[in-house]
Amino acid sequence: MTRTSAFAALLPVAVAIVLAAVAGGAVLAQSTTPSIATLRGAAALDANGEPPRIPQTEETDRRRPRAYPEQPPTIPHRIDGYQLDKNGNQCLSCHARARVAESGAPMISVTHFMDRDGQFLATVSPRRYFCNQCHVVQGRVPPAVDNNFVDIDSLLAVESGRGRQ
Amino acid sequence: MKQLMALVARFWATLTRPAAHLSLGALAIGGFAAGVIFWGGFNTALEATNTETFCISCHEMRDNVYQELRQTVHFTNNSGVRATCPDCHVPHDWTDKIARKMQASKEVWGTIFGTIDTREKFLAKRLDLAKHEWARLKSNDSLECRNCHSEEYMDFSRQGPRAADAHQAFLVTGQKTCIDCHKGIAHDLPNMAGVEGWN
Repeated sequence: MTRTSAFAALLPVAVAIVLAAVAGGAVLAQSTTPSIATLRGAAALDANGEPPRIPQTEETDRRRPRAYPEQPPTIPHRIDGYQLDKNGNQCLSCHARARVAESGAPMISVTHFMDRDGQFLATVSPRRYFCNQCHVVQGRVPPAVDNNFVDIDSLLAVESGRGRQ
Repeated sequence: MKQLMALVARFWATLTRPAAHLSLGALAIGGFAAGVIFWGGFNTALEATNTETFCISCHEMRDNVYQELRQTVHFTNNSGVRATCPDCHVPHDWTDKIARKMQASKEVWGTIFGTIDTREKFLAKRLDLAKHEWARLKSNDSLECRNCHSEEYMDFSRQGPRAADAHQAFLVTGQKTCIDCHKGIAHDLPNMAGVEGWN
């Protein structure tokens, strides 16, 4: 075997090594500056990211306005340690129809008594039992993404303003 | 039987006679020392059973209720003050404590005969067990809660409006006691269907 033929035989291997190095560099570059925001943040794949600090939960006990009529109202108090499973529903120990006279809490909406055929049941419908599927507490955190939501009143005001012009 | 009676009679005769060989001082000091040792030993043993380590030395406690406690504010919180099992489940006053300890002999029976030695058995019996504790705390006006929490020293202005209103309306007026509202704060609740306030 001559020297040139040996070089020719090794060439594909060398090219493969160079390509792998470039690809590896690209992967490294990607892991340090992700183009897509993820919950992991910019941490490398083999490292643990820094978890965000747990925010303070709002405890004002004042109802927040709803952004739109169908919005599930937010929870204006802490719910840490509240049991919500098949054994018990601590939310309902204040918000159930029979409990609100004593607790002073707002009663769950009548829509929660309806089954999916629109029939009213005597008590909360099983499909509405797990409150925190829709109702959530609020924490003081910077918004994760920009939000340009406009509520219907503001929108109508703008539209009617235009109509008058 | 006759021999036994004779033995008892002889023992009684010895007990009622003045000591022939021991001095009064030896008897008095010896009796005092023995008293200190026995009483101290009794109390030490009693206190040893009044620790969390003792409670969770049985798997019934360690694997069920203790694991649940670890998630709650009574185990880990911002100030680092925590409650151990006996803080809530054993009265602190001596007579009440002894009464509870005598009751607890049934729990020794339970652990020997495996009344709740599996998770399934425990869950099946959980409502009964919880009802015992609710009844106990209800009847002593939540004494064990009040060993640490006192409405006299509660600063309602530093509580959430919801808590402040409820405490002033029901706790201060004596209409309700802690356990009436605060069930399941240190352990998971059993099936609450039919329990007052949980319909």
